Amino acid sequence: MDHLVEVCGLHFARQQRVLFEDLNLTVRRGQITAILGPSGIGKTTLLKLIGGQLTPTQGDVLFAGQSVTHASRPALFKMRRKMGLLFQSGALFPELTVFENVAFPLREHTRLNERVLRTLVLMKLESVGLRGAQHLLATELSGGMARRVALARATALDPELMMYDEPFAGQDPISMGVLLKLIRDLNQSLGLTSIVVSHDVKEVLEIADYVYVLAEKKIIAEGSPQAIKINSDPRLIQFINGLPNGPVPFHYPVSDFAKDVMLS
Amino acid sequence: MIDAIQQLGQRSISFVLRLGAAGTMLISALFTKPTLKWARLVLLQVYQLGVLSLPIIVVAGLFIGMVLGLQGYNVLINYGAEQSLGTMVALSLLRELGPVVTALLFAGRAGSALTAEVGLMKATEQLSSMEMMAVDPLKRIIAPRFWGGVLAMPMLAFMFSLIAIWGGSVVGVNWKGIDSGGFWSVMQASVDVKLDIVYGFIKSAVFAFVIVWVALYNGYYAKPSSAGISEATTRTVVNASLLVLALDFILTIFMYG
Amino acid sequence: MSEKKIHFAVGCFILASCLALVLLVMQVAGFSFSRDQGSYTLLAKFDNIGGLKVRSPVKLGGVVVGRVEAITLDPDSYTPLVTLKMEQKYGYYPETSSLSILTAGLLGEQFIGLRPGFIDEDIELLADGDTIYDTKSALVLEDLIGQFLFSMQDKGKE
Repeated sequence: MDHLVEVCGLHFARQQRVLFEDLNLTVRRGQITAILGPSGIGKTTLLKLIGGQLTPTQGDVLFAGQSVTHASRPALFKMRRKMGLLFQSGALFPELTVFENVAFPLREHTRLNERVLRTLVLMKLESVGLRGAQHLLATELSGGMARRVALARATALDPELMMYDEPFAGQDPISMGVLLKLIRDLNQSLGLTSIVVSHDVKEVLEIADYVYVLAEKKIIAEGSPQAIKINSDPRLIQFINGLPNGPVPFHYPVSDFAKDVMLS
Repeated sequence: MIDAIQQLGQRSISFVLRLGAAGTMLISALFTKPTLKWARLVLLQVYQLGVLSLPIIVVAGLFIGMVLGLQGYNVLINYGAEQSLGTMVALSLLRELGPVVTALLFAGRAGSALTAEVGLMKATEQLSSMEMMAVDPLKRIIAPRFWGGVLAMPMLAFMFSLIAIWGGSVVGVNWKGIDSGGFWSVMQASVDVKLDIVYGFIKSAVFAFVIVWVALYNGYYAKPSSAGISEATTRTVVNASLLVLALDFILTIFMYG
Repeated sequence: MSEKKIHFAVGCFILASCLALVLLVMQVAGFSFSRDQGSYTLLAKFDNIGGLKVRSPVKLGGVVVGRVEAITLDPDSYTPLVTLKMEQKYGYYPETSSLSILTAGLLGEQFIGLRPGFIDEDIELLADGDTIYDTKSALVLEDLIGQFLFSMQDKGKE
């Protein structure tokens, strides 16, 4: 099986607002697939659809050939054991220490004895370079550290698929570099398949094997990073070079400004 | 007029929807295989919801008992029936005040805490991240809190009633000088185990069920923002208190009507 | 807070609430486990039981010696049949004893008054399951008023 995740003809609307229309994409095993797009396009929503936390209005999501959308609750939870999702906020448990946060999925799903568990957790923390922070409370961490702990926790069960939700947003250049290296290294050393959702074009193009660009409810371009860089679509050029003016509007869809002002 | 009818229709539809969501949440939370780990989680909640509510229950019970003793004495002495004070205090506490006041205090102390806790967990994506770790938050977070609350509250109600009766006896016997033998024996002659203690227990168990359910529902479906959580907490206290009072009336009709 | 401390606190909490329940049952409700032991059943037929209820007391000279256990209707004679639960510690009563339904005060609760009969050599004591036939029914106020008015009418005619 070459494709780990397949999104077929996906439609999704939230309270009248259509986010996706006939979306199709595939994620190949062992690769880092990047999904690029401006803010507010529903990239996080897409990850939640893949994780089965949201149900599409039409279409289907396949994980390892199985439908996520139509899975029963127990089957869905079984599938999720093979998925990891790195939340933008980290979503650590604030009342637990760093060690306990990483140990949480292991304690829930396995019956390891305390010694083995400790070794495993410290290994995961070592891989994100935070073994020294194991006794800190999750609330005492900086944003970048919290995200790395969350990464250690998401990989604790050795998933097949890792999804990263805006991993570089709000990071200083050093932690950005650290995260980039982590994502690449984890993908290679653990044999993961990764989906990176982001609007940080430069960084993502550096590590991705395949790139999808999302805009206006569908995919406007796909291909290898090199192909994306030389694509001549004006929307793509605007997005990749960060130009304020272009075919992608800066405004949220709205009626004419003059009309709005006159009305009030 | 048509607008009003339309609004009423929409409201009732959304009410049914919410009831359905709350029911689904409850059912999927409750059908959990009891394991040792699960029992430990429930125990932790009995601590959080029961043991930590004990101070407020004890103090409130003492004062309510003493007030009942004093007011009852002042009325009964006019009829020369001050011997019946024990009966009055015990029956009003076991049948009504014990379960109801405990439930109201529990809704304010433990129900609001439950809603805020679960609501914040949702707002900070902890529940969502738990789901992605293949841990069902309904079973890991909601179910232990539900059982912890349902177990803890009737116990609190017993302690409340006992302390309040003792408070009433302190006022009646030690202060106002009612004969202690008369106070207790008249009480014992008129209090019935099934009619008063068992029915009081049933009431408090029903109230506990409703309070915890309302609190967890409001937390689990809170809007993920600070305003949403504060709104949900308020709603928990208001809805749970009103439901307790209404249910008390209905249960009283069936038990003593 | 370590898990042990929490377990200890919860243990104390459960013990305290059990203690509270036991105290409520024993001290407040005056329940004693020996109460049900040593009781026997008597039956009594009345013409009219008035406002008698289940759990109404049976008194002898003001002492509660039993309680009404059940009230049913004898389907053959269409008369009320009252089952009494008598306490054994007060002993047995001769079969010449009589029962009457009395009212505590003018408007108070109704109870059964037991008047023990004489004891003679050929008089046996009432045993478990026996029936008392010598009963006086409850006074029904409406009947009394009716009789009073009727007799007044009679007097008026004369």
